[in-house]
Amino acid sequence: MGSVKVHGMWACSYTQRVLVALKLKGVEFEYIEEDSSDKSPTLSLYNPIYEKVPILVHEGKAVVESVVILEYIEETWRHDPLMPENPYDRALIRFWLGPAVGSILQLSGEEQSAAIGQARESLRFIEAELTEGQFKGRKFFGGNHVGILDIVLGCGSFWLKAMEEDVEVKIYEEEAFPMFHAWVCSFEELPQVKETIPDAEKFMDYAKALRKMMLNFGNP
Amino acid sequence: MGGEVVLLDFWASPFGMRARIALAEKGVKYEYREENLANKGELLLKSNPVYKKIPVLIHDGKSLSESLIIVQYIDEVWKNPPLLPEDAYERAVARFWADFADKKLYDSGTKIWKSKGEAQASAVKEFIENLKILEGALGDEPFFGGEKLGFVDVMVVPFVCWFHAYEVHGGFSVAAECPKIDAWAKRCMERESVSKALQDPEKILEFVGFLKKKYGVE
Repeated sequence: MGSVKVHGMWACSYTQRVLVALKLKGVEFEYIEEDSSDKSPTLSLYNPIYEKVPILVHEGKAVVESVVILEYIEETWRHDPLMPENPYDRALIRFWLGPAVGSILQLSGEEQSAAIGQARESLRFIEAELTEGQFKGRKFFGGNHVGILDIVLGCGSFWLKAMEEDVEVKIYEEEAFPMFHAWVCSFEELPQVKETIPDAEKFMDYAKALRKMMLNFGNP
Repeated sequence: MGGEVVLLDFWASPFGMRARIALAEKGVKYEYREENLANKGELLLKSNPVYKKIPVLIHDGKSLSESLIIVQYIDEVWKNPPLLPEDAYERAVARFWADFADKKLYDSGTKIWKSKGEAQASAVKEFIENLKILEGALGDEPFFGGEKLGFVDVMVVPFVCWFHAYEVHGGFSVAAECPKIDAWAKRCMERESVSKALQDPEKILEFVGFLKKKYGVE
């Protein structure tokens, strides 16, 4: 079906989303690691507006923005669907891709408390949907099989964990969010996820270093 | 395609206008309900508990929010005329530009009337930069959708009725800075779906004056 390349960054959850999706579809691809501190000309060539990863290059054409990439993957390789068929169900999934569950890393103090509050609020809504709402009784958000929402929330959850450790605040306690917790465990068990998500320690170290750097930027 | 369609909206909202244009393009009959944003109705709060915002589309009793999602839903349920292209890559390009407009236009435009002095000047610069990027994407085509109005046109055109307010407060002219966008805007307004959905720019300017007082920006 033509050559597929992914330009990404190993710790970036947006990159991980794309990798997990391609693996779930069984699409062969070449992965190119981009160093975020030393942007290669590839980034400005394929993504002149944002100069960020992930970038999917299929048959020489570049697709950027992780959710746009995921929808492209879904529409190009139509087997093993990641999105439901029904337009309303699709709209619901797209809606739940939205609520921010984590940009807590670069914040501190009051802003951080507010962001944590917001993440918990979003989690509360998701928990409610898993318990008695739109996603009641499902193993994955996609039903019996993993879907696009599982991928997006799942890849983000590793950052949540890293943040929890670094910030020393529990954001999604098992007692408060039992359904979400159960779902995270199911997601992490998937072989495609296990081989994509970095080693926990390496990841934690990276998250800690990143946070230090971001806090330093915020405090001249 | 049967079923009752209700749109919860607010007259000045560019996001609401997107839904209105999409429904009109598809020839869908719907009931328009104006929401008082200072006193949100029960149906709105029940239909969109996460964000509590308009627009909300209610089709056969099932509600949807977020204009980008609503327009995609409308496109998928009422297939003609199509707003998104058929080809997967072209769809990705359209989604990218819709996302860009969402992220960049509204925020930088809002900053123009919400700020003063240097912050305002910088907001104007940012807004013009973003508009120029969009202008580049338009190229020499009549619409972002090519020969006909498409998904990106629907996403961007509502901001056109807000341009006048941005221009007055920011001290610049869209026509001077981005003549192709200006020409595109006039072209879009020739379509009834657009001209009926967009508001009189003078009314929007007045509304921004009201918002400035409300937010204490003088």
